[in-house]
Amino acid sequence: MTRTLPKVPFRASELPGYLLLGVWSLLVLLPLWVMVINSFKPALDIFRDPMGLPKMFSTAGYEALFVQGNFLTYFINSLLITTLSILGVLALASAASYGLANWASRASRYLLLAFLAGMMIPIRIASINLLGLIKDLGLMDSLAGLFPIYVAMGLPMGVFVLTEFIRTIPKEILNAARIDGAGTVRIFLLIILPLIRPALATVAIFNLVTLWNDLWFPLIIIRSDDQRTLMLGVIRLFGQYQTDWNKILAVLTSASIPIILLYLFLSKQFIKGLTAGAVKE
Amino acid sequence: MAPSRKSLETERNLQWLIWILPALVLYLVFMAWPLFNSLRLSFYTGSGFKLDNFIGFDNYARLFGGGPESARFYGAFGHTFIFFAIHMLVQNTLGLTFAVILSKKVLRGRALFRTVIFIPATLAIVVTGFLWKLLLNPQWGPLNLFLNQVGLGDWALPWLGMTSLALVMVSLVSSWQWVGIPTMIFLAGLQSISDDYFEAAAIDGASPWQVFWTIKFPLLRPIMGVVAILTFTGNFNAFDAVFAMEGPNGPPDYSTDILGTYFYRTGIAGQHPIGIPDMGLGATISTITFVVLLVGVVIMQTLSRDAQGERK
Repeated sequence: MTRTLPKVPFRASELPGYLLLGVWSLLVLLPLWVMVINSFKPALDIFRDPMGLPKMFSTAGYEALFVQGNFLTYFINSLLITTLSILGVLALASAASYGLANWASRASRYLLLAFLAGMMIPIRIASINLLGLIKDLGLMDSLAGLFPIYVAMGLPMGVFVLTEFIRTIPKEILNAARIDGAGTVRIFLLIILPLIRPALATVAIFNLVTLWNDLWFPLIIIRSDDQRTLMLGVIRLFGQYQTDWNKILAVLTSASIPIILLYLFLSKQFIKGLTAGAVKE
Repeated sequence: MAPSRKSLETERNLQWLIWILPALVLYLVFMAWPLFNSLRLSFYTGSGFKLDNFIGFDNYARLFGGGPESARFYGAFGHTFIFFAIHMLVQNTLGLTFAVILSKKVLRGRALFRTVIFIPATLAIVVTGFLWKLLLNPQWGPLNLFLNQVGLGDWALPWLGMTSLALVMVSLVSSWQWVGIPTMIFLAGLQSISDDYFEAAAIDGASPWQVFWTIKFPLLRPIMGVVAILTFTGNFNAFDAVFAMEGPNGPPDYSTDILGTYFYRTGIAGQHPIGIPDMGLGATISTITFVVLLVGVVIMQTLSRDAQGERK
């Protein structure tokens, strides 16, 4: 048996709404269309007809960044630091949340508040001293210097979301496991972690977008070309290609397409991840 | 002898603390401590990373005292406020409007519109900034090419090159990017309003406009507080948008210079022509930003709590 949703009829009274959303959608999609489509055109065609499909399909822009430029290095660097930082956040935040949710005491309440305070305070404000710290650790001008900062940055939101989630797990499940002789570590690994997977996904996506797109910390910590992240690479190439729109648009397209594609597949999770903290479940 | 009940409890407490400890240590070392130290360093000066000369409030006097740094600082502060105000006005009004439309169940293609509105929020500010910089390019930008084509050549302005327009344009582009966030937050709020209210209003023959002002708007007040705080904390320490679209100097003529770019030039990159950062002064700028954020959030929270109290 197939079930189809009842189709909503078009109503004329909603016309202003359609119009507004339609115009806005155009305002969102046209710039992205211009970015993607013109990255495949020779420079002159871009100015002659910025909106149309390419008459001559050219991948010269992409060849320039991937073959002559170091785009691939930037890309891999970003992938590496983003992935490792997300894993760090998930590991530390889930363990801490497990402790905070189970430890019923005044101290644990204060600790939770201390973590939550970090959601209001942008860590950038601490940059002056962070730079000194990273330098003292010998991590200046290296990707590794971003790691502890990124994990610390992800903890407040991670602890907030995961603690709330772990608290919703019925105590009976945990008690039953305890009676069966499972210790806290086994309970955490075999019961808690599988149950909080949706919340872990929310935290992972929030950090994926924030860290992948971060410009500030790479900008102040990294100088060498082989340590550059994607956003730092985009800045470099944008300056280098100047008026060569075909190459610049290829840079912008390559930097944003992975996230856009992922978003189109997981839009619900993305929206949830990026508004978590503001919206209660 | 069996362990006393008290020591058992202490042991259990310690056990939970161990789970929290790794995150806590990292958080303290890389967030809380550097923040505290950055505040402390605002009372120091020195060369490069070595800030060992205590000078009391001298850094503050330079920013507030009326000297050359002072003009830059006041300018940056004012621009940051305008940047934030435009987001409140444009981004959040649009967000609320979109959310109200999207919450109507009679609307077709809601999922599609929702997805499209949110796309820019997933992109890097650097990417959207550079993209709009190209689109708004005075000679080659598609916007001005289009205006010239349809005979509106007088309107084909150097959007990002005029002191009167540049900051507004950057703020609008940033609002374009982030409007999806308040939209989704308001939408979640609207969807949590019980249908009973709307049914009762329908029975009373209320117009959509009346329903909005008497039901939706008051019930969304607490959420507006949340959105206002998010907009405030997100934009008072903005940097990327101006950096990408205009550059670290906030051109033309410092008209787009905000606290973020001023802090970057002063404390991190070093100013032309010396090129040596003044980290003490940088720490002072971030301390002031911190205080403004703290005071602002407290005020907004109090205001939105009062608004909630009124209803009860």
